[in-house]
Amino acid sequence: MQDIVLRTEALSKKVSSPEGSLTILDDVRIAVQSGESVALVGPSGAGKTTLLALLAGLDRPSHGHVWLCGEELTALDEDGRARLRGDRVGFVFQSFHLVPSLTALENVMLPLELTGADGAKARATDALTSMGLGERLGHYPNQLSGGEKQRVAISRAFITKPEVLFADEPTGNLDTATGERVASLLFDLNKEFQTTLVLVTHDRELAARCDRIIELASGKVVP
Amino acid sequence: MSGLRFGLKTLLRDSRTGELGVLLAAIVVAVTAMTAVGFFTDRVGGAIRTQASAVLAGDLDLSSTDPIPAEYMRDARARGLDAAELMTFPTMALAADNNSLALIKAVSSGYPLRGEILVSPQMFGEAAPVQGIPAPGEAWAEPGLLARLDVDVGATLVVGSASVVVTQVLDYQPGQGVGGFSQLAAGLLVNIADVQAFDVIKPGSRITYRQIFAGEPGAVDDWRAELRVRVGKSVRIRGLEDAGEQITAAIDRAQRFLTLASLVTVILAAVATAMAARRYALRHLDTIALMKSLGATQGFILVSTLSQLGLVIVVTALLGTFLGYGAQGVLVGLGASLLKVDLPPASWFAGALGLLTAATITVGFALPHLLKLKDTPPMRVLRHDLPPPRLNTGLSYGIAILALLFMIGAIVQDLLMLGLIAGGLIIVGATAVAGGWFLVWILTRFRGAAGVSWRYGLANISRRGSESVVQIVAFALSLMVLLLLTLVRSDLLSEWQRTVPEDAPNYFLINIEPEQWPGISDFFEEKIGTAPDYLPFLRGRVTRIKGEAVDDIQFPNPRAENFAKREGNLTWRSALPETNEIREGEWWAAANQGEIEASLEVGIARDLGIAVGDTLGFNVGGEDVDVRVTSLRFVEWDSMQPNFFVMLSPGLTEELPQTYIASVFIPPEKRRILSDFVREFPGVTLLDLEVILSQVRMIIERASMAVQYVFLFTLLAGITVLLAAIQVTKDERRFESAILHTLGAGRRTIMQGLAVEFTALGTLAGLLAAFGATAVGWVVAEQAFELDYGLNPWIWLVGCLVGALIVGFCGTLATRGAVNEPPVAVLRDG
Repeated sequence: MQDIVLRTEALSKKVSSPEGSLTILDDVRIAVQSGESVALVGPSGAGKTTLLALLAGLDRPSHGHVWLCGEELTALDEDGRARLRGDRVGFVFQSFHLVPSLTALENVMLPLELTGADGAKARATDALTSMGLGERLGHYPNQLSGGEKQRVAISRAFITKPEVLFADEPTGNLDTATGERVASLLFDLNKEFQTTLVLVTHDRELAARCDRIIELASGKVVP
Repeated sequence: MSGLRFGLKTLLRDSRTGELGVLLAAIVVAVTAMTAVGFFTDRVGGAIRTQASAVLAGDLDLSSTDPIPAEYMRDARARGLDAAELMTFPTMALAADNNSLALIKAVSSGYPLRGEILVSPQMFGEAAPVQGIPAPGEAWAEPGLLARLDVDVGATLVVGSASVVVTQVLDYQPGQGVGGFSQLAAGLLVNIADVQAFDVIKPGSRITYRQIFAGEPGAVDDWRAELRVRVGKSVRIRGLEDAGEQITAAIDRAQRFLTLASLVTVILAAVATAMAARRYALRHLDTIALMKSLGATQGFILVSTLSQLGLVIVVTALLGTFLGYGAQGVLVGLGASLLKVDLPPASWFAGALGLLTAATITVGFALPHLLKLKDTPPMRVLRHDLPPPRLNTGLSYGIAILALLFMIGAIVQDLLMLGLIAGGLIIVGATAVAGGWFLVWILTRFRGAAGVSWRYGLANISRRGSESVVQIVAFALSLMVLLLLTLVRSDLLSEWQRTVPEDAPNYFLINIEPEQWPGISDFFEEKIGTAPDYLPFLRGRVTRIKGEAVDDIQFPNPRAENFAKREGNLTWRSALPETNEIREGEWWAAANQGEIEASLEVGIARDLGIAVGDTLGFNVGGEDVDVRVTSLRFVEWDSMQPNFFVMLSPGLTEELPQTYIASVFIPPEKRRILSDFVREFPGVTLLDLEVILSQVRMIIERASMAVQYVFLFTLLAGITVLLAAIQVTKDERRFESAILHTLGAGRRTIMQGLAVEFTALGTLAGLLAAFGATAVGWVVAEQAFELDYGLNPWIWLVGCLVGALIVGFCGTLATRGAVNEPPVAVLRDG
């Protein structure tokens, strides 16, 4: 049996609202193996994005525990979780989230520089060139097309060779053809780097390409 | 990438895309305003000091009844200072059949070091400035002396063993206003080289030796510090602050006006900075959340933020100071002909002020908002609708207010003013916020009253609740400044100028025997139609304070010691003069015939540690009297009325040896009656106040002009507040306009809605501003400048109209771009 890289136990998230306490996630227990690709699916409001945020340590649960790459996230403070993400985790977002003040190259260099890794510029240049963006290194995000932005974002996500990649609707803002190309790229890299892939999507076809689908409804995992 | 590099890179990128524009502009305007004000007021202040020097004849004055060592003159010159010496003594002057006591003023070449001597070729003729001093053997005589001797220009006067020829009538000499009324004989200005030939200086002669110095302020201060150590107790040192109470009071007011102008600029710029920084921080939440999701720690974000702030401070300080220097250069160029004075060069103090301003405003008002960035939840990368981290308002505004007070304290160096401003800020702020909420609430009642544009516009104001209040308060602040600058300022300035009215007394009559008074009164009644007011005038020396002999008391400062150990001027009065105000105790009952009561000027009472109820002993004309202090008075020194540190109650005081003193306004065309007066009442001394009066007026005029220039910058700061307030909701408006466009609203409807909203905001702000300006104007007039300020009813109408027009026009114009953007681009950006 392969290693478990991501695991939750009795994970719950509640928020207060004008109508009283609202349960977003309720007693979620999942385990993801290393190198596995998992799709989180479900209707709007099912708690997919909240679960992704808790798995990546972007938010804290109300109850329960999350283990990411062997570390218990709930035991770490915010800086500790940030360091763990910097070292072991990559992200791809629906709206790309490139830093507007940095060029394509600098955006890809950023995770390496944050962790103090060597050869950031050369590695980022190679990554972008292999994505077909060798001519776009010095361009700022507002000078790139949607597909180009997402390819820069994917290069940035994989540049640290993360153990886990979280993707939130990675093709949601792209047209069908571009979305298809970006999805293929994502899965190719997932295979190439043996990265565990956890993605949130409404797209059934995209979900179907994953090894496993976890369906959420009203904050619970549908058995 | 280090936090430092990331911070600087983001900042540079933002400044290129205009993202940072409003924030940088607000701070640069603040620094420009402060340094321009600093450079300019520094120079104007210098010019005003020069004016005061003209009254003193120099920047520093030594006087003694013993000869002052000549080496001081030599040493001062070695330090690059100008120096001159004077000797003053009374002696008899003889001319043909007449003789009179004359006050000989012997001066060395170089006198006066500041100001100029005015002479005329005949008695009461047209006075004109003259270069140099009388040649040896010549003299310039005051009209009173010539009248008493019944001679005119050209006469030969015998002084001691020598004689001098009168070549000019001496109308004014710098320094004649110094020393009060102690120099009672009419003056004769001669060359100091003649003194030996006069051969009148004998042991026991009442002679005053003086040395005067002038030069760069720093050098004069150094020299003064050295003299304090070197000179003996018998030598009195006087500087510009001693140059007559009238002049210093006028300068003091001028500085208060200028300071007020620069302070309002700082406050407005700080408000604009806080608003712009808040917007800047809000727009960077997503980037910070992303950085955190990629592994950036809070430390990284902090270093990045602090490096941005550091760069902002340096850049804005340099740019603002550079612009400020240029701006004051232009101002000086524009104002030179009006100011009619060569301004001294600016000192680098104002440059340092630029850095201080940038740092204070940035740290105090931008830092709290930017510091909160590090608390941005990383979850925001997935959920844009998460609220921004909450600012601890107590802490952040605490820092901001501390920073502001620190800044104000450094500029004002006046605790009363600081207290007034701090209190004023709190009251204006709280009232404005409360007023803003109230007005928004009222407005909500009208939202259904008209068409769709009106409903949309008014609904926006009430829906945005707190943001609308922030905007109203910000608009109100800048409008308030506008109103203060126009209506209130001109009211205040004219009120101030009224303190020295056109018909202020221009002559003092001194040394009047009580029995002469009816004759003098009749003389003026006949010649100019009004009898002058008179005051009894007693010369007295303090002998005991609270029962303790004066000689045994250690005094806290030279002013107190001078007062206690020198013969001073006293008067008695039944009624409190109009230009005085009781601050403690009570003025005596007119019928009091028992124990003599005294009323002291508050400042001197404080210096001497005297309170109401304490006793003082005086020796008046050889008679010892004890008095009880029953009140302390505030004295309006620049009223140009005879003012006294000590006033006594009538009754027993009337029995003491005394003369009368009177002040009278003689119109210029009737000055010739003075010849008749001097001949008819030869024992009475005339003191010409015209020159001092015109100097006080000139200082007021120059300072008023400077204040108007200075307020131009305040206006600029007000405009940045206006821009920042419009920017606050710009992003939201952009998004809303896109939605409305999508729903089918025409550009015209949206623009009308915006116009309604901004016009309504402007009107409300104008109302609030009129209230604020009236209140601030009143407090400032009453408390800081001791002026009576009448309320101006126009301010309400002008406030609302100007508010509606300016805010309505600027607001609609500035958000027009948002309406014009294609909705799809806006909606896709989220």
